[in-house]
Amino acid sequence: MSEKKTNRRDFLFTATYAVGAVGVGATVWPMIDQMNPDASVKALASTEVDVSSLTPGKTITVLWRGKPVFIRRRTEDEIADARSVKLDDLKDPEKDEDRAKNPEWLVMLGVCTHLGCVPLNDKGDYNGWFCPCHGSHYDTSGRIRKGPAPTNMEVPKYEFVNANTIKIG
Amino acid sequence: MSDHEYTPKSKAGKWFNDRLPLLTLANHLTDYPTPKNLNYWWTFGGILTFCLITQIVTGLTLAMHYIAHADMAFESVEHIMRDVNYGWLIRYIHANGASMFFLAVYIHIFRSLFYGSYKAPREIIWIIGIIIYLLMMAAAFMGYVLPWGQMSFWGATVITNLFSAIPLVGEGIVTWLWGGYSVDNPTLTRFFTLHYLIPFLILGLVVLHIWALHVPGNNNPVGIDVKKPSKDTVPFHPYIVIKDGFALLMFMIVFAFFVFYTPNILGHADNYIEADPLVTPAHIVPEWYLLPFYAILRSVPDKLLGVIAMLSAILILAALPWLDTSKIRSAVFRPLYKQFYWILVADVLILGYVGAMPAEGLYLLVARVATAYYFLHFLVILPVLGLKEKTLPVPLSITEPILGGTANLATARNKESSIK
Repeated sequence: MSEKKTNRRDFLFTATYAVGAVGVGATVWPMIDQMNPDASVKALASTEVDVSSLTPGKTITVLWRGKPVFIRRRTEDEIADARSVKLDDLKDPEKDEDRAKNPEWLVMLGVCTHLGCVPLNDKGDYNGWFCPCHGSHYDTSGRIRKGPAPTNMEVPKYEFVNANTIKIG
Repeated sequence: MSDHEYTPKSKAGKWFNDRLPLLTLANHLTDYPTPKNLNYWWTFGGILTFCLITQIVTGLTLAMHYIAHADMAFESVEHIMRDVNYGWLIRYIHANGASMFFLAVYIHIFRSLFYGSYKAPREIIWIIGIIIYLLMMAAAFMGYVLPWGQMSFWGATVITNLFSAIPLVGEGIVTWLWGGYSVDNPTLTRFFTLHYLIPFLILGLVVLHIWALHVPGNNNPVGIDVKKPSKDTVPFHPYIVIKDGFALLMFMIVFAFFVFYTPNILGHADNYIEADPLVTPAHIVPEWYLLPFYAILRSVPDKLLGVIAMLSAILILAALPWLDTSKIRSAVFRPLYKQFYWILVADVLILGYVGAMPAEGLYLLVARVATAYYFLHFLVILPVLGLKEKTLPVPLSITEPILGGTANLATARNKESSIK
């Protein structure tokens, strides 16, 4: 007994544990994965929005995948504001040109990146959005300027189907 | 546990007990020697058991009428309030019962902190208690989501988003918790399931909590080990049963006051507005019993660090038996600790207050100072105090200070045995 040699029994134990672990894993995974978004949720992937009624300086909020999306037709001043900011002043540096391909239109998820509240329009220290929950201030490009939120409001995938219709998703 | 072996008197009882010793257990519970100096702060264990049973019974009856679906949940709660016979009563008992449960658990926890009940050999009782407390918070949070009002929806959004602070996998975890890309019907149904499950987990843990308690027996206001059974103890029944029962009656008066006279004062009016994913209420606050931790979350300007601070504030309690280096249990004999104890109580109350206020200006400053002090208390003051503090002399027994003691241990022991 002084020397511990690997024998047939050790091999059998190890092999049994290994097969057992695979079996448990294969049983547990469906139980975990059932909680992920199901096929019917994923099927609601895109929404088309008519934006013909929007005049400059107005925002509409639409629901996409259960989340609010802000569509804002920006004024000249707002665009100038957003484009004149130095990247060094930003917590999450991102050019306005990259966020709004067509400068007049800003499309982004109306979800504060802190804890998911819906920020309020035309509010806050940067004349963009202000989140009432924990005090995050966003600028006219939806970029985080002040407060606990870590990143800018997310720009979803979208395209202009025609001059008056935006397809989100 | 009593020293003598228990034998049922009747033949049938003996026959049954030999096969399943339930009567031995019942005998242990009635004879269980309890320190005779337990004060009313010790009655909250029984009160908490009552709260748990109340929540389970009212919860089961509400579940018979409630519909866990995003389109129908809000209306089904109104249906309970307006149409179901005594539905208003059952729901008000359940909703206020949660608050009463937390009121009692906070008194129970602060009782432990004052009398050092978490110290050796009672660490496991304490840690099980902390797990129960965590489960209570989870159950209360998910229960608050079920009526699907504005506070339900946005509370659920904010709290589940806490997980998005985790680097790399955070977003994936949040989507997994939601079962979608926002809080929606799949979230509601799983919260209902878990809200139904957790009380039974708590019930199981309560059995372990009491089991672990019955190994060393109760701590007491003097905080010394007592011989069991001895003239320092009384049997649980009838002495403690009567005392617990009286305290429970007093507690039920407070409970009934809330249920019948001001059933909505502890809730938030916005939760009578149906959930709307497009509009966040101007001022989101959790229920009062979570406010101190909410204040800690908001006092840290960084998202991840704020979440870590909030969780640490709760989990630090589990390490308390090792952070408190003093061998003396009861604050009665620790003049300095007694003062720091009351400062901590004030600190937690202040955190609760600023947690309900907007996170700006002076409130934010106060929240930051109070958060810093909270951690200072557990991480610096307690460890140092245990080593530095000059404690008062601790009596040799519960009876000694009353019958007149002596510094001489042997004389005291003789005296005790002669009284017996």
